[in-house]
Amino acid sequence: MDAATWGLIVATFVACFVEMVEATTIVMAMGYTRSWKSALVGTFAALGALAVVTLAAGYALANWLPESALQLAIGGLLLIFGLQWLRKAILRSSGRKAVHDEDAIYREEVEAAKSAGESKGGLDLFAFMVSFKGVFLEGMEVVFIVLTFGLNANNIPAASLGAAAAVVIVLVIAIALRRPLSMINENLLKYGVGLLLASFGTYWAVEGIGIFRDGRESLNWPGHDLMILVLIAAWLVLSRIFVAALRKPAAPAPVGAPDIAVEVKK
Amino acid sequence: MKFLKAFGQFWYDFIIGDDWKIAVAVVLALVVLFAAMTAKLFGDTGLTLLGGALIVVAFSISLAIDVRPKKR
Repeated sequence: MDAATWGLIVATFVACFVEMVEATTIVMAMGYTRSWKSALVGTFAALGALAVVTLAAGYALANWLPESALQLAIGGLLLIFGLQWLRKAILRSSGRKAVHDEDAIYREEVEAAKSAGESKGGLDLFAFMVSFKGVFLEGMEVVFIVLTFGLNANNIPAASLGAAAAVVIVLVIAIALRRPLSMINENLLKYGVGLLLASFGTYWAVEGIGIFRDGRESLNWPGHDLMILVLIAAWLVLSRIFVAALRKPAAPAPVGAPDIAVEVKK
Repeated sequence: MKFLKAFGQFWYDFIIGDDWKIAVAVVLALVVLFAAMTAKLFGDTGLTLLGGALIVVAFSISLAIDVRPKKR
């Protein structure tokens, strides 16, 4: 297996790992407080829907669009996702945005589950819908990442392998621990994924602009694929400069306040 | 109608997310790159480097807008 394939597997693995941790938190909250059966039915229904979306979108993208249009469309999407993750990572690292905390999200979901009314019948609709929505929404980003990386590298199986490995590992950890996966430094992982998505997104979106010129040929970066490494380094340096420049001096915390602000928004 | 609204909301949340400025920054950078390509200002090397630089600058501006001091 060559370096590019390993890079592809690692990128999709880390991206999928982050999203899976978030989805697992929601499903566990529903399972422990409402109904495991309904939460798991919602999860598998969402996974089925995601599989259909992946097949349909993958087929359409691979067969209907010229290569440069594909690069522009999915490179642009990847770039937007990546820069949004990078923006959040910069704001969190510089103390301007609350850090993401799976424990806090879990508590919030549990409160919502407890305050929702009892469901009648065999299936708890509240647990089903919350689990379905959580898994489907988090999974959609993974689907796009797997498709974009896989199609551009001409290796959907490798990209899918990275994502599937992340699903299995997160599930094994969750089943073993039986509690939210808050020990995982999700903020750091998101920073890493943000750097990868921003770099690959920049590379492909710029190449894809070639769709608008005569012959519809993609633009060619100097150094070709090696330029992706330069872009990763550039986004890393830029983000560190932003973190240093935007860092807020720590204000004295009020008595009884937690050490660090946390974010419960998914 | 309700379905269409929910469908539109889903894609808005999915693509634009909680910060519309990033999406606008990316689109603007690519539009300027398109204009430079149409005007035949540079060859492929110049255009790709310009594109990378434009995206970096657009992202920096959107972040600067985010953290600017708020008027009281």
